[in-house]
Amino acid sequence: MVEKQFTITDEAGMHARPASALVGSLAKFSSDITMEHKGKKVNMKSILGVMSLGIPTGSVVTVAADGADEAEAIAKIAEVMAAEGISTP
Amino acid sequence: MTKALTGIAASDGIAIAKAFRLENAELSVEKRSVSDTAQEVARFEAAINLAVEELEEIKKRTASQISDKEAAIFGAHLLVLADPELIGPIKEQIDTAQVNAEFALEETAQTFIDLFEAMDNDYMKERAADIRDVKKRVLSHLLGVTIQSPGMIDSEVIVVAEDLTPSDTVQLNPKFVKGFITDIGGRTSHSAILARTLEIPAVVGAKSVMADVTNGTTLVVDGLDGQVIIDPDAATIAEYEQKKESYEQQKAEWAKMKLEPTITKDGHAVELGANIGSPKDTAGVIDNGGEAIGLYRTEFLYMGRDQFPTEDEQVDAYSAVLVAMGEKPTVVRTLDIGGDKELSYLALPKELNPFLGLRAIRLCLEMEDMFRTQLRALLRSSVHGNLKIMFPMIATLDEFRQAKALLVDERAKLVSEGIAVSERIEVGIMVEIPSTAVMADVFAKEVDFFSIGTNDLIQYTMAADRMNERVSYLYQPFNPAILRLVKRVIDAAHAEGKWVGMCGEMAGDEIAIPILLGLGLDEFSMSASSILKARAQISKLSKDEMAGHTERILALATSDEVETYVKNIM
Repeated sequence: MVEKQFTITDEAGMHARPASALVGSLAKFSSDITMEHKGKKVNMKSILGVMSLGIPTGSVVTVAADGADEAEAIAKIAEVMAAEGISTP
Repeated sequence: MTKALTGIAASDGIAIAKAFRLENAELSVEKRSVSDTAQEVARFEAAINLAVEELEEIKKRTASQISDKEAAIFGAHLLVLADPELIGPIKEQIDTAQVNAEFALEETAQTFIDLFEAMDNDYMKERAADIRDVKKRVLSHLLGVTIQSPGMIDSEVIVVAEDLTPSDTVQLNPKFVKGFITDIGGRTSHSAILARTLEIPAVVGAKSVMADVTNGTTLVVDGLDGQVIIDPDAATIAEYEQKKESYEQQKAEWAKMKLEPTITKDGHAVELGANIGSPKDTAGVIDNGGEAIGLYRTEFLYMGRDQFPTEDEQVDAYSAVLVAMGEKPTVVRTLDIGGDKELSYLALPKELNPFLGLRAIRLCLEMEDMFRTQLRALLRSSVHGNLKIMFPMIATLDEFRQAKALLVDERAKLVSEGIAVSERIEVGIMVEIPSTAVMADVFAKEVDFFSIGTNDLIQYTMAADRMNERVSYLYQPFNPAILRLVKRVIDAAHAEGKWVGMCGEMAGDEIAIPILLGLGLDEFSMSASSILKARAQISKLSKDEMAGHTERILALATSDEVETYVKNIM
């Protein structure tokens, strides 16, 4: 299992556009991928799950991937977060 | 039969065209028990696939006819249709509870809709509308009911509906859809916001438009006043065509003024700026012809989060604004928090009288580390543009000197660390506390500028809370007391060669502008959307002529007398 923390710096928090980009990029991975914020954990392949966290700006989230392609999944998440300009690792 | 309806003006403009009814499909869900659950799951999957195909088509069409940005919402809808937390539970429910797909879909989708609607955040609440939209689409395929697609409209019409879903609104092509009217909804609903983005006139909350209008009926939609006219007679049509033309002429005139400086009829220049809350607002400032930012409210950087913004985060935000504004003056107000404006991560003792309490500069001088961090961030970002700093709620000269000393100290530290800081940062104050207005002549010797915060200056001077309905009648911007204080501040500043701006609502008020012009105000800062109108107004006013009226205006006794006087000379 691989874990990584990200700080969401986009002033709109985790809103629909970056959330869609993230979730969309993870569908192809076989690993279980979760995102946790303030004790609430959701399936990161679920757009409704990610949005329901209601992540505001300045939040720290913990991302965890467990499975054969876990390292690639985490790398992809870091890549998309950076590309969307929403976080600092 | 001609009929007039009143609704909420959701988007400016006037349109006259034939009605196109967007029917709310009859999608009633009944719970049925099914024995062949495998077949039912397959039926559900088939409906999902049809919805996916449909959405991909709509997404493509919207991207090519309107924009990629608007089409993105359909990308999000497609993700919802692929959501394992939605699809999985529905299939499971069909299997284990042996119920029909419609019922399982309705139940599961509703739990998500309820979840989002319960969230505190308006943005999240709006997402419930998106889930409803997707649910409706899948249901329509399960029930074999066709839902109309506004994207298929190919002649000039005014769309009439009970409500417009996000995916309906986004498909409205301004080339054909000249306006829309809905029975329900408000000014901040998804459809209203999109109407303003697409610049289509719209009236929402008209209550009975679906009941009163048949397909093909001629309609007038007046998005300026929130009026709808059904089946207007020739005279009414002519009247609205005239109104439409005047509005469009005015809009074109204002658009021309976008890049022009603000100059009075007799050749005097003043500066029109915008009040903003975040770097995102700068595009609106430039689009609306703003010559400056007269007030950047930094507290939004501190709100809606669970910890202080770091120095680096602040540098990013301030720099973004400065870069966007280039050489245009950007006045940043230091943190104006406390009292009634709370931060969840800052435990401040409850005060009986927050408006007269520990807030703004008082709080910053007490929480020096927090204040120094902001000052450092401002100084570091200063190299990116034309930064001016102002302190809010200054009541005494000591406070100003203390705050400025901290700024000077942080600057010295940065310079000794080899970090570049702009040489030309003006340091001023907001004039919102009466003591400061009264002592303006003394302050003028030490500040670089004043910005009059009329919203609070009026409250403090008249000792009345504008939010308290019982005394809000005392909130009188045109009370001669306020005007005399404003004149005092302007005269004191000019005597020392300093400039004066105003960032309260009064600066954009069309009755106040002539008075302020006559008093010699140098900068008017207002919401970006009011700038072009103000520029047009000022271009038709003579500063010298208004200055000639000043003595008489300031000798009047009441607020009503002032307003009457100004209206008469306008």
